[in-house]
Amino acid sequence: MKGSINSFQSMGAVDGPGIRFVVFMQGCPLRCIYCHNPETWSLRGEEYSVDDVVRKILRYRPYFGEEGGVTVSGGEPLLQWEFVTELFQRLKAEGIHTALDTSGTGSLDGAAELLAYTDLVLCDLKFSTEEEYREYCRGSLAQVLSFLKLTEQMRIPLWIRHVVVPGLTDGAPSISRITEMAEEHANLCKFERLPFEKLCISKYEALGIPFLL
Amino acid sequence: MNYSEWEGFWDGNWKQEIDVRNFIQVNYTPYEGNEDFLSGPTERTEALMEKLNHLFDLEQENGGVLDIDTQTASSLTNYGPGFLDKEREIIVGLQTDRPLKRGVNPFGGVNMTKQACEAYGYELSQKVENEFQYRTTHNDGVFRVYTDEIKAARKCGIITGLPDAYGRGRIIGDYRRIPLYGVDLLIAEKEKDKMDYGNREMNVDNIRQLEELYQQINFLRKLKEMAAMYGRDISLPATNAKEAVQWLYFGYLGSIKEQNGAAMSLGRVSTFLDIYFERDLKKGILMEEQVQEILDDFVIKLRMARHLRTQDYNELFAGDPMWITEAIGGMGEDGRTLVTKSSYRILHTLYNLGPSAEPNLTVLWSNQLPESFQRYAAKVTCDTDAIQYENDDVMRPGFGDDYAIACCVSAMRVGKDMQFFGARTNLPKLLLMTLNGGRDETSGEQIAPAQKPYEGAYLEYNKVVEMMGFYREWLAKTYVSAMNIIHYMHDKYAYEKTQMALHDTQVHRFMAFGIAGLSVLADSLSAIKYGKVRVVRDESGLITDFETTGEYPAFGNDDDRVDVIAQEQVGLFIDALRKNPTYRNAEHTLSILTITSNVVYGKKTGATPDGRKAEEPFAPGANPMHNREKNGALASLNSVAKLSYDNCKDGVSNTFSIVPQALGHEKEERYRNLVSVLRGYFGQNAHHLNVNVLNRETLMEAYENPQKHPNLTIRVSGYAVNFHKLSRKQQQEVISRTFHEAM
Repeated sequence: MKGSINSFQSMGAVDGPGIRFVVFMQGCPLRCIYCHNPETWSLRGEEYSVDDVVRKILRYRPYFGEEGGVTVSGGEPLLQWEFVTELFQRLKAEGIHTALDTSGTGSLDGAAELLAYTDLVLCDLKFSTEEEYREYCRGSLAQVLSFLKLTEQMRIPLWIRHVVVPGLTDGAPSISRITEMAEEHANLCKFERLPFEKLCISKYEALGIPFLL
Repeated sequence: MNYSEWEGFWDGNWKQEIDVRNFIQVNYTPYEGNEDFLSGPTERTEALMEKLNHLFDLEQENGGVLDIDTQTASSLTNYGPGFLDKEREIIVGLQTDRPLKRGVNPFGGVNMTKQACEAYGYELSQKVENEFQYRTTHNDGVFRVYTDEIKAARKCGIITGLPDAYGRGRIIGDYRRIPLYGVDLLIAEKEKDKMDYGNREMNVDNIRQLEELYQQINFLRKLKEMAAMYGRDISLPATNAKEAVQWLYFGYLGSIKEQNGAAMSLGRVSTFLDIYFERDLKKGILMEEQVQEILDDFVIKLRMARHLRTQDYNELFAGDPMWITEAIGGMGEDGRTLVTKSSYRILHTLYNLGPSAEPNLTVLWSNQLPESFQRYAAKVTCDTDAIQYENDDVMRPGFGDDYAIACCVSAMRVGKDMQFFGARTNLPKLLLMTLNGGRDETSGEQIAPAQKPYEGAYLEYNKVVEMMGFYREWLAKTYVSAMNIIHYMHDKYAYEKTQMALHDTQVHRFMAFGIAGLSVLADSLSAIKYGKVRVVRDESGLITDFETTGEYPAFGNDDDRVDVIAQEQVGLFIDALRKNPTYRNAEHTLSILTITSNVVYGKKTGATPDGRKAEEPFAPGANPMHNREKNGALASLNSVAKLSYDNCKDGVSNTFSIVPQALGHEKEERYRNLVSVLRGYFGQNAHHLNVNVLNRETLMEAYENPQKHPNLTIRVSGYAVNFHKLSRKQQQEVISRTFHEAM
């Protein structure tokens, strides 16, 4: 099976525990106003087989130690859940820790299959209302919450992450609602609030996409 | 042998013959705990450091040199005693009679000394010039013998930085022998050797050896005199820890008074000294605070060591380095760690005294080191950017467990090995000279024997690689010839008497060759093989530029297509060197290390097929070229890890900069992740890593507003440097390097 991939980062230390090899999948159904990786929106990327990717990853195994491993991010990895499932299955067979970095948007049935091989879910909780989700990222809060419910049912360790965007989500009521929603999940291990950084503006310029913030 | 000074130490072979390793093995106390026992600076230490920092400021204001004594040629007893603060110093001894005042050392070459004085607004005295008028220096000797071909190769920069006009350095005296045995016993042993060699066949080698022994004994006597000037008698072993540090430091001090060597390393002293500290702690003579205070004071002395160097030298090796390298930790052959409490204490001086480039603290890393020490070292890196790491697991099999590091990355058994240092050759220039049939691509001059230049518009990989063979053989032969001449003359006219007296008489010698620009060469050959490279010729037919199209895999992305090219080129070069016999049958070794000379090498080299423009700097050491690494930090490390240490026993230097945020959000997380990076890299038999954890913005701010970061220390290539002691050009080059970030 082939997957459409944007890029690889051989050293991630902030997307899951320990040192992580990060695979950035291509394609995303959302259009977040503050997206850091607009180059991953389109589904067109370089094609790799699961074998190719596993071979690459195994070169970094010496760095993983006891807590590190692989994080699949994107784009939205659930868009290519079949590919990621096969990849994670192979990695589990190698004894490598797997983390899925997702917005929680995508096929729930697909997600259920993928989560069976997932050691950790990193899920963004972007906003606290359905309206904001629709307006600022063309997504749905309900869908994200049902994904989170699924991880809870399947007892997958969960980190919820929230980007605090000045003027958008930095109000006290918003933050406390999000925190509350996150803490409802019995499988929550960590709730991270990440500062928004405008490091991505040059990417927008290069792609000719207006940056709305 | 027995001395009352040895009371409380366990017996061993060290009492039968000079065997410091055995003394350590039977007496040391491995430490697996954490850093909680450490003591902060005492009031006394803080006061002394304040005084010294003031002198450092004055030195900077004075253009980098505080004062020069132009009247006196430096040697062991030529200066009266000097002090930083006579009342409060614990460890005493300065190179001249005043702190930071530099002596002149014309034994390498009088002209260099004159130039060095002039560069700082001084004039070498007539008195010293007269003294050296009828005296042959090392530099004189070398140039009497150099061939025109060697001179041409040197001038065009295909071989640069040779120690033919400055002291070769890179020799580490076993300074520990002085506290352990006392100088009288060392003299007696050397006298025995001299008797023994006197009975052998009187051939050239034996006669030279006998004269060297005479000089060694002579200088051991001078060392005693030097110590006596400070009111200390080092004839006998040290009775306590304070004396042990003092005796050891006198050995080092004598060496740097005698020799203005390029790198004057300290060796591996902290675990040795720990045995003395433990003994005094047990006896109740010392408390932890005093132990730390003694080590702090010792390190203050080391931070004051200075040599007088020329501007040319500073361009190659920026920042006034001495490479006072101390090797810390490592594992013993019996599986016990060689980490002791004093391994922590010496690293802790970076907190008590503030970050500093010197001494060049080098952690001998093993994945078997105690976890708490691995974490502590990572913490020191994150906090200070002042230490480097070298892989004990790849060095121990060949060098045992009592080796140290000379300069940046050169391993040698302490007191048993020495090396003939040999700077480096410029491999991208070898490629360009090949294409031009032996002509230099910048001047058009014929440097190497003429062959038919490359014909045709596009470069073909197989043809280019085949043509390189001829010039590689020529380069290797020229390089070995130059080195043989240099070291013959250095032995003859500037022999390291003090340092060699602190070696076994029968030493093993390495001849350490080096290469610069490996990643430029590998990428150029990769561009030729996988892209399309059209040559651009000037009116005389000289190839001066290239038009490269198409993508090619670049070194630093863990891509075997190009990484294999780099490995091959290194292998071919050391093989070519080995075909040429060396002076005193030294063993050929090779390093991939540039220090800061990558800037100068680049400056002397025309455009290369990888797209690098003429005069642009190379990457330092074995580093991939900046910003060609597209797969992140670990891919870059993996490429370098593939270079074989067996081919490069003199070291493979890699300098790695990462922004703190990319290592994790919290401090402990960063330490853990850095440990994982080191474990992964060294687990693949990589040799060396300089680690900087900092933001490019910090450097840019320091570049614009030096006063904002006066003590900013960074690792460059094999050593650390105060950022402000680099030239503007070197600062720019450091800023332009890849800083690994999170995506």
